[in-house]
Amino acid sequence: MMSKINHSTTERVGVYVCHCGSNIAGVIDVEAVAQWAAEHLKDRGVVIARDYKFMCSSLGQELIEKDIQELGLTRVVVAACSPHLHEATFRVACQRAGLNPYLCELVSIREQASWVHTDKHAATEKAKAIVSGGVERVLHHTPLDPLHVPIHPATLVVGGGIAGIQAALEIADAGFPVYLVEREPSIGGHMAQFDKTFPTLDCAACILTPRMVSIGSHPNVTLMTWSEVTNVAGYVGNFTVTVKKKARYINTDLCTGCGICQEKCPKKVIDDTFEAGLGYRKAVYTPFPQAVPKYPVIDHVNCTYFQKGTCRACEKLCPTDAIDFNQEDEIVTLQVGNIVLATGYDLFDARRVAQYGYARLANVFTSIEFERLSNAAGPTNGNIVLRDGVTVPKTVGIIHCTGSRDRNFNNYCSAICCMQSLKFAHLVKERTGATVYNFYIDIRTTAKAYDEFYQRVLEEGAIFVRGRVAEVTDASRMPNEEGKLIIQVEDTLAGLQRRIPVDMVILSVGLEPRRDSHEVAKLFGISCSSDGWIIEKHPKLDPVATMTEGVFVAGCAQGPKDIPNSVAQGAAAAARVLGRIQQKEIALEPVRASVDESKCSGCRICNGLCPFNAIIFHEDRMVTEVNPALCQGCGTCVAACPAGAISGTVFSNEQIFAQMEGLLLHNIEHPPLTEGVLA
Amino acid sequence: MSMNGKPKFAMYWAASCGGCEIAVLNIHEKILDVDANFEVVFWPVAMDAKYKDVEAMPDEAITLTLFNGGIRNAENEAMAHLMRRKSKILVAFGSCACAGCIPGLANLSTREQIFEAVYDGVSTDNPMGLRPDFQWAAPEGNLHIPEFYPVLKTLDQVVAVDYYMPGCPPESHQIAAVVDLVIQALQGNATLPPTGSVIGAGTSTVCDECPRVRNVKTIQQFTRIQHLTEIDPNLCLLEQGIPCNGPATRSGCGALCPRANAQCIGCYGSSDSAFDFGARLMTAFASVIEGKEPAEIERVLDTLPDPVGQFYRFSLAHSLLRAAPLVLEEEEQYATHQH
Amino acid sequence: MNDTFEPVIIGFTCNWCSYRAADLAGTARVKYPPNIRLIRLMCSGRLDPTFVLKALASGADGVLITGCHPGECHYLEQNYKTLRRYLMLRRVLTQMGIEPERIKLVWASAAEGVKLAQEITDMVEQIRALGPFKPRYPMPLNPSEVVEVQPVAERGTV
Repeated sequence: MMSKINHSTTERVGVYVCHCGSNIAGVIDVEAVAQWAAEHLKDRGVVIARDYKFMCSSLGQELIEKDIQELGLTRVVVAACSPHLHEATFRVACQRAGLNPYLCELVSIREQASWVHTDKHAATEKAKAIVSGGVERVLHHTPLDPLHVPIHPATLVVGGGIAGIQAALEIADAGFPVYLVEREPSIGGHMAQFDKTFPTLDCAACILTPRMVSIGSHPNVTLMTWSEVTNVAGYVGNFTVTVKKKARYINTDLCTGCGICQEKCPKKVIDDTFEAGLGYRKAVYTPFPQAVPKYPVIDHVNCTYFQKGTCRACEKLCPTDAIDFNQEDEIVTLQVGNIVLATGYDLFDARRVAQYGYARLANVFTSIEFERLSNAAGPTNGNIVLRDGVTVPKTVGIIHCTGSRDRNFNNYCSAICCMQSLKFAHLVKERTGATVYNFYIDIRTTAKAYDEFYQRVLEEGAIFVRGRVAEVTDASRMPNEEGKLIIQVEDTLAGLQRRIPVDMVILSVGLEPRRDSHEVAKLFGISCSSDGWIIEKHPKLDPVATMTEGVFVAGCAQGPKDIPNSVAQGAAAAARVLGRIQQKEIALEPVRASVDESKCSGCRICNGLCPFNAIIFHEDRMVTEVNPALCQGCGTCVAACPAGAISGTVFSNEQIFAQMEGLLLHNIEHPPLTEGVLA
Repeated sequence: MSMNGKPKFAMYWAASCGGCEIAVLNIHEKILDVDANFEVVFWPVAMDAKYKDVEAMPDEAITLTLFNGGIRNAENEAMAHLMRRKSKILVAFGSCACAGCIPGLANLSTREQIFEAVYDGVSTDNPMGLRPDFQWAAPEGNLHIPEFYPVLKTLDQVVAVDYYMPGCPPESHQIAAVVDLVIQALQGNATLPPTGSVIGAGTSTVCDECPRVRNVKTIQQFTRIQHLTEIDPNLCLLEQGIPCNGPATRSGCGALCPRANAQCIGCYGSSDSAFDFGARLMTAFASVIEGKEPAEIERVLDTLPDPVGQFYRFSLAHSLLRAAPLVLEEEEQYATHQH
Repeated sequence: MNDTFEPVIIGFTCNWCSYRAADLAGTARVKYPPNIRLIRLMCSGRLDPTFVLKALASGADGVLITGCHPGECHYLEQNYKTLRRYLMLRRVLTQMGIEPERIKLVWASAAEGVKLAQEITDMVEQIRALGPFKPRYPMPLNPSEVVEVQPVAERGTV
C-alpha cells in the first residue's frame, strides 16, 4: 500500500512562459522561470520550456502548435494570465495541432504573481512553484470530449405575463411547440391590470390583448392556465415536467365563454387579486372580460354549492352543460428541451411601512389600487375617487420608493416606481385637476423618452418634493389639516420640515420576488439571490440564462424591470432557446462527477447533496449514479463520498494532489508519494 | 524448503494486544491445514523460539510471515527488518500492523505524556517514581532496553510489505480463506494477488454488507449508542444519529457490528480509493449534518466529543499527518537525530 | 517567532468567486505577500478535508479555503457543506494538537479582490507568528518507504 507513484513519466511536456509585454516580465524573470523548468522539471517530463513576448498572439500560439507537431508534445503548460481570460485560446491552439484540448493547462503568473507582488525575486520563485504545480497537474490530465446532448424541440414557458407571452410567441412563431403554464385562470399578468403604460400612455389592454389572443389561438402554443408545475426531472434538452391542471369545474370542450354563469352566480366575492380588493367578482369567474382563455373557473372555496351543497345556479343555467362539479385536478407530463421562467413579481406589502398608514387610513392607496381606480374597465370606471367611491380628491400625494431603496425593507431600486408615479401624477392631473405632490429620493428616468415624460409632467404643474416621507397621519394640528391626510416630510432641497395636507395618498410600492421564489428555484434547480430574485448566469453577458443549462429566465423574475425590458428579455430568452433548438444538440463542458459502481456501497451519504438532482439512487442495485447531463461539476459529492467511489473529471483528486505537490516543490525535494489503501 | 519439505510459516507480535493471535487460533480445524501444509518455525506466542534461530536462517527462508502489531520501539523495528529479510511473503496482519490501530492513538501524545500516564497514573504503584532508562551503565557493563520511539509506526513505514490483512482482529473466516489461498498458490492451483494488495477483505465498504435500510440523510445530532433506549433494528444507524463508520470502512467483516445493533467502528480501515480514512469519515459526516449557521453546526459537532477517536481510531499512525506535530523541544531534537 | 521564516500557504479558491477575486486583485494591482499559492476548484464544495491534510503533510504551513458568501454559492448551497467540513476539520486538527489558525475559511465574492488580498496578508502574518508547521513524523518517513516493493513473483517462487 505504500508503493511509489511512478516517478518517471513517459509524457512529453512543453512549458511556455509568457512575458505579457512587461506585465509579467517586468516583475518576474521569465527567462529564469523557463530555464528552471527545463532543468528541474526534466524528470517530470518537461522536454521544452520557452518564454515568449505574447503567448496569446497568433505567433505565440503557433509556437505551441509547432512544438506539439515537431517535438511530439503530449502535454502543454502555459504560464501566463488567468484561465478565465485565455484558457479557451490555448485549448483551441492545442486542438489545432492535434492535441486533445484538455491536455493543456493554463496557470496564472500574472494575476497571481507579477501583478500582486513587488519583490521580484519572491515573485519569480513563486512563478516557478506555480509552473511546477501546472506540470504535475497536467501529467494527470486525460483526453476529454465535451458531452453532446440532443435538444427536444418543445419548450416550457412558465408564467403568462408579458415576458412569458413574448417568449412563447417568438418560439411558436418560429415553428416550434410551446407549453405556456400559468397559475392564474388567465394569462396577462400584472400588465392586464394597468390602464396606461408609460411613457407613451398607450392603453395597456390595447397592446396586450392582441398578444393574449395570439397565444390563445396559436397552433404551436398549448396554453395551460390555472395550472402549476409540480416537478421537473431530466436535464437540458430532455426535461420531463409534471404540471398540475387544477380543476376548473368547467368542461372547456363545451364552454363557449358566454358568461351567463358569471352573470347568474349569486355569490359575490371581493376580488383581491385582479381588482386589488377594490371590486367584486363572482364565485365562478374570469378575472377580466378579455381573459384568455375565455373559460371561467369556479372558486370552490367561495362557491355556495361546494360549501353548502346547494345552489347549482350556474349548472342549471349554463346553455351548453359545461359546468362539471365532479372535475378533479389533472396531472399532465410534458417533454421539453428548454424552459423559460417568467414567473414575475409580487408587490411590496405596503402595510409593512406602518407609518404610511396603509390599511389603517382609508385614503392611502397602493399603486396597484390606483391602477385599478384609473382603469376605465375598473371598479370605478376610471373615476379617480376616494375610498368612499364618490369624492374626487383635490390634492394627491404620491410617495415614491415605498419599500424600495430602504434598508429596513429592500435595498434595491424597483426600477419602475419613478415612471409609474409620474404616470399617476399625469393621470390625476388630467382626470381631476387636483394638485399633485410627488415625494421622491431621486427621479430615475433613464430609458428612451422617459425623461421627456418627466419634463411633461413638470410642465403640467405637478409639484416635486425631494425627501423621504416620515409619516402619513390624520392627526391634524392646523385648521387646514382637518379631515385631511397630512404628509410629514423633510424637503431636502428647501432644507425644512413640511406638513402637506392631502386628500389622497398613493404609495408607489416596490416590486418583490414572488413569495415562493426559493421553492420555485429549487424546483427548477436554479438559484435565487438572498433577496429572492433569480440569479442569471452573468449579469451583463448572459442575462437570460441561468446556471442550469436549458433553464432561462425573463422579465421580473430576474429582477425589477419595466414592460419594454420584460418584453426584450422574453424575446432574448426565446432567441436563446431557438438557438439551442436549431443546434439540435448542445456540447457541455466535461467537468462531471461519476460513480464507480463497484466501489459504491449505497450508503446514500451523497444522495441529498446535489441541488441539481443529478444524483440518482437505484434501489434495486443499491448503488448511486450521477447523471452527467444534470451534473454541473461542482464536485461536492466527490469530496463527500466516504468510500471514495465518486470521482470528478478535470478536478480529480490525483490532479489536485499533484498540483499541490508541485506548488510545494515536494515533487523536486521528495519523490512524490502516494498512499493507497488503508491510509 | 525445510527438512520435512514443507514451506515455513512464522507469526510475530509487535505493539498490539494479542487479539490477532487468538483470531488465528480461532480458525478452528483449519489450523490443522496450517500444520499440515506448513512447518511453523517461529511463533513466540505458540511455541518456543529464539530470535537467534531466525537470524540463523537463510534470507527468504520463511515462506509466509504474519506480522501483527505496530512499531513502537527499537525491538519492534529490528524484528520487522529481520522478518522482512527472512520472509518471502510478509503480511501486515491486523489493524495495528496495517494502520496503527488503538496503539497508534498514542501518536496524539508525546513520549513524556505516555510515560506520565503509565508510570505516574492513578492506578500505578510507583513510589520511587521510576522511569525506564533506555541505556544504563551498570557496574557489570552497559545495559539497554529497546528504545521507545516518539511515535508508533506502521509496519510498512519501516519495511516493505507484500500484503495487508486488516481487521481488529481479522475475521477468522477471512484468515482461513487466506490460508487456503496461499496453500492453493503453493500447490500451483491459484495465483497470489499483486503485491501491495489487501487480502482477506472486501473492496467496497461495510454498508455493502449491511442489511439496514438507508435513506437520504440529515443528522441533527449524534448520540452515543449506549445512551439510546431504543434502536431501530432495521434502519441505518447513522440516520439514527449513531456515529457509524460503516460508510467509509472496508467491507469483509460481513457488517458484524451493525448486525449486532452496534455501530461500525472502522477496524477494517478504508477502502482502496481513500487517501486518509479519517478524512473520508469526517467529510461524509460533515456533509450530512444539519445547519447553515456556524452556531447551529457547532451545536451538532458538540455531540461528537471525540472526533479524532471517532475518525482515526484505527488509522491515525497511517493517516496523512500520522501524529500530533512536534510540540516539545526534546521531541524535536529527537526527530532531527532520527532522520 | 522566526524572522527568516517565510510561511507557505496553500489556498483553495472557487472558480466563480474567490478565484475571480484573486484575478481582480491582480487587475487592480492590489499587493499581498507572495507566500500563498492558489489551487482552483470549481466550488469550495469540492474541498475534501484530505486536501488540507495533504497540504500540511506535504510542507504547507497553513491552508486558506475560500468560497462564495453564504447564500451566493454558484451551485446554490454547496458552500454550506464547505463550512460544515471546515468546522469539523478545525475540531479534528485542534484535538491533534495543531493550531486551528493554520486553516482559515474566507468568503470572498468575485468583487472582493481587496478583501481577499487583505485576508491573505493577515493570514501570512498569523502563520508567520505561529511558526513553521512541523509534522512529528514527516513524509517521506524513511528510505524504506520509498523503496519500491519488489513483486513477490520476482523474488522467486513461493
